[in-house]
Amino acid sequence: MHSLTVYLCISLALFVLGLLAMMTRKNAISVLMGIELILNSAGLNFVAFSRFATGNLDGQGAAVFVIIVAAAEAAVALAVFLNLYRLKATTEVDKASELRG
Amino acid sequence: METLSHIVFWFFAVLTVGSAVVVVFHRRIIYSAFALLFTFFGVAALYVFLAADFLAASQVLIYVGGILTLIIFGVFLTAKITTLDIPQQTHQRYVALIPLVFLGAGLFVLFLTTPWTHSQPPGGPTTAALGRLLLTRYLVPFELASILLLAALVGAMRLARYYRSRED
Amino acid sequence: MIGLSLYILLAPLAAFLITIFFGKRLPRGGDWISLAAIWSGLAASLYLLFAHVLPSYDPAFGETLRFDWLKWGNYRLTVGINLDNMAVVMLVVVTLVSAVVHLYSVGYMRGDKRYSLFFSYLSFFSFSMLGLVLADNLFVIYAFWELVGLSSYLLIGFWYEKDSASDAAKKAFVVNRVGDAGMLIGILIVFTALGTLNLHDIAAGVAAGQLSGGLLTAAGICLFLGAVGKSAQFPLHVWLPDAMEGPTPVSALIHAATMVAAGVYLMARLFVILTFDASLVIAYVGAFTAIFSATIAVAQNDIKRVLAYSTCSQLGYMMMALGVGSYQAGFFHLVTHAMFKAALFLGSGSVIHAMHHALHHVHSEADPQDMRNMGGLRRKLPLTFATFLIATIALAGVPFTSGFLSKDAILGGTLAFAMEHPAHWILPVFGFAAAALTAFYMFRLVYLTFAGTFRMGHEAEHHLHESPKVMTVPLVILAVLCFFAFYSLPALNPTTPAGGWFAQLFPNPPRAYEAITAAAAAHGEHAAVEREATVHIHRVAHNAAMGISILVAGLGILIATLAYYWKRLSPALWQRRLGIVYRGMYRKWWIDEVYDATAVSGSLLLSRIFAWFDLAVIDGIVNGTAWLTRSYASVEGWFDLRVVDGLVNLTAWVVGTWGKFVRIFQGGQVQRYIFYTLIVVGLLVLLSVFQGMS
Repeated sequence: MHSLTVYLCISLALFVLGLLAMMTRKNAISVLMGIELILNSAGLNFVAFSRFATGNLDGQGAAVFVIIVAAAEAAVALAVFLNLYRLKATTEVDKASELRG
Repeated sequence: METLSHIVFWFFAVLTVGSAVVVVFHRRIIYSAFALLFTFFGVAALYVFLAADFLAASQVLIYVGGILTLIIFGVFLTAKITTLDIPQQTHQRYVALIPLVFLGAGLFVLFLTTPWTHSQPPGGPTTAALGRLLLTRYLVPFELASILLLAALVGAMRLARYYRSRED
Repeated sequence: MIGLSLYILLAPLAAFLITIFFGKRLPRGGDWISLAAIWSGLAASLYLLFAHVLPSYDPAFGETLRFDWLKWGNYRLTVGINLDNMAVVMLVVVTLVSAVVHLYSVGYMRGDKRYSLFFSYLSFFSFSMLGLVLADNLFVIYAFWELVGLSSYLLIGFWYEKDSASDAAKKAFVVNRVGDAGMLIGILIVFTALGTLNLHDIAAGVAAGQLSGGLLTAAGICLFLGAVGKSAQFPLHVWLPDAMEGPTPVSALIHAATMVAAGVYLMARLFVILTFDASLVIAYVGAFTAIFSATIAVAQNDIKRVLAYSTCSQLGYMMMALGVGSYQAGFFHLVTHAMFKAALFLGSGSVIHAMHHALHHVHSEADPQDMRNMGGLRRKLPLTFATFLIATIALAGVPFTSGFLSKDAILGGTLAFAMEHPAHWILPVFGFAAAALTAFYMFRLVYLTFAGTFRMGHEAEHHLHESPKVMTVPLVILAVLCFFAFYSLPALNPTTPAGGWFAQLFPNPPRAYEAITAAAAAHGEHAAVEREATVHIHRVAHNAAMGISILVAGLGILIATLAYYWKRLSPALWQRRLGIVYRGMYRKWWIDEVYDATAVSGSLLLSRIFAWFDLAVIDGIVNGTAWLTRSYASVEGWFDLRVVDGLVNLTAWVVGTWGKFVRIFQGGQVQRYIFYTLIVVGLLVLLSVFQGMS
């Protein structure tokens, strides 16, 4: 039961859930959380492959970078969201639609 | 012993996915944020099961200690008096589900059917090995990552400052 | 001889060229140059006559000069001079009358503002007429034919300030043109059938039968049409009376003696190729013209008009003679008529000159040419009277005159023809009737002009005087030539020209058709008997004609004397008695009115139709093209506006509408974008899965 496929399924579940959150949640922070879920699933994927498929630590290295980038991105995103809140007095993503066609 | 590790494994697996479900579907953001905490922890545990010790530690430190903290700060800073949003919290949830289902199903099938290659990991503590990797093979990405962090730092500071200067 | 004839031809041309360019700058306007040219020409012609023609005394005498002028394909056009007896006699006649008229004009045209131009024109005419006479082929004859026509136009309209004169000149030219068209057709028929236009070759060709029957008759009649125009025969006679608008010397030279005789000359030259039918046509036209014009002459009051119609009548005689086969008589009359008619015209000119001067002195606007204003002029113009009277009796056909001989010959020939062909009895009837009328109207003219008392008052009469010598000398010369003797030498028979040099040199040549029939019946005593009978008929006819013509001439003179000298008959009474007949005679039988209503109006109508066509159709087409262009432009404009611009606008609309459609997908909501992306990625994954599976 401790096989690659299980971990892949877990990461798939996290991925799908994260996507769902991204697509359906109104609050911008919720969307960010969804993004974090997806990133986590990606990292888990990498490490699982590293453990079961490749035989070296490349996957773990990749997961390190994922973490780094996730951190940077979360910081910036929150700064943006704060500005949006200040501008629009709301955190709903739907309201940030100035760049429309 | 086998059976115990299995049970623990499954416990953490269910914890992770279950928390993720809560994150996605709970109406109140603060509950979503805390559920996200448990998700992170669960993933860290899974890392341990995958013999990625350093990574598990980094996960907890950075994700929980950094990112989650940020998120919670963000939630607090942007919270309204009535934290409860008006009933319609999500929109078109069902529409979004359709492609997701297909995607999920498709990937699931893919995972099951693909003949993955199998190999054994080196074992032992990974910290030193990772450190060695980062500074030799992955030196350029390492440096780039640091620049990226710098940029993000500067950018975030700038954005925040802008926010504050507007107040003045 | 040819060389001399060339000189005779070209001297007047040289005179023309010199006087036309330098005339005004020369002393006396250069009249002496023209005079010298024509008188030397006369001398040369007389030399040719006396030193060559008469000594040879041969009807077949002649010299020719030919050279190729044009060559194209199989055709060759040769031109040249034909100098035979007839040509020499014609040279003498033309140069003589022309020389005499030149001299006369010195007096008559004195003081005219275009004096030297008149002599230029006279020289030009002389050259043209001489060329016509000397030509040996129809092409050159036609060319000179037109040149004399041109000279006639220029001289009739010499006083072109008078509308009547310029109109008359145009009328002469146009009417002649009608005849010339027929002549051209005749020439073309001859050329097409025989391939040559040389007179000798034509005669040979016809004799060989290359052109015969209906086509030959047609050719003959068509060529005769030219003569009808030029010699003022009915129905193309209308120009000649109007041509009297020109100065009297012109009338004498051109419209009495020479140019109008060109038609007769042409017919004489073509005599041998005329068929019996063509000859009949010629005879009838001539006879009818003779009587027709004579009736009109009877009722005219203008002295020159009487003489003009008389000329038409006499030319009719000549044509009639040629038609009945009396070649000799016709040509003879041409020569004698030239002399006495020119004398009559110059004499009338003398009268008019005196009348003009007298009337001018009493400031009268009366017409100096109207005989009703004259009278008793014999006392004041004795020489004019004497010469005029001599010429008159010659024209009337009184014995011992040249006119008697020639007219008698014609009438005799006509009578003989009628006796041989009794169906054509009307011809001699017309001939004798015309003779009677001729005698009548000429003596009427003489009595009204010279006899009695002057009708315009003593004051005017006082200013009448005889013309200067330059004018009277020509009269004398011509009058002298009116006597029979000159033509009958050496026989000196006043009753017949037979035995004289003229008769000897100009026997009647057999016509082509006669030769054919004669050849058929040439042998055997039957033929001899026929020939004997013909000679007998001719003698009988000649004697009978002589008697009858003396009778009718006497009758005419008698009636004229009764009416105008002894005043026993009243002209006014007879005018009333004749009623419409008199009016017809006076009104020239309304021929001009008929032409005006038909040909003239017809031409004007035609030109109006063409003008309408030009304005409505041609201009319409032009305007239509313009309208078409404008319409097309407006259609194109619509096209440009609607279609082209429409396409451009359509493109813009399509882009805009597509943009509006695409805009729907860009709501600005990021989550939507994620959703779209997910769909695509999902599709890709599915695709790869399926690919992997297959």
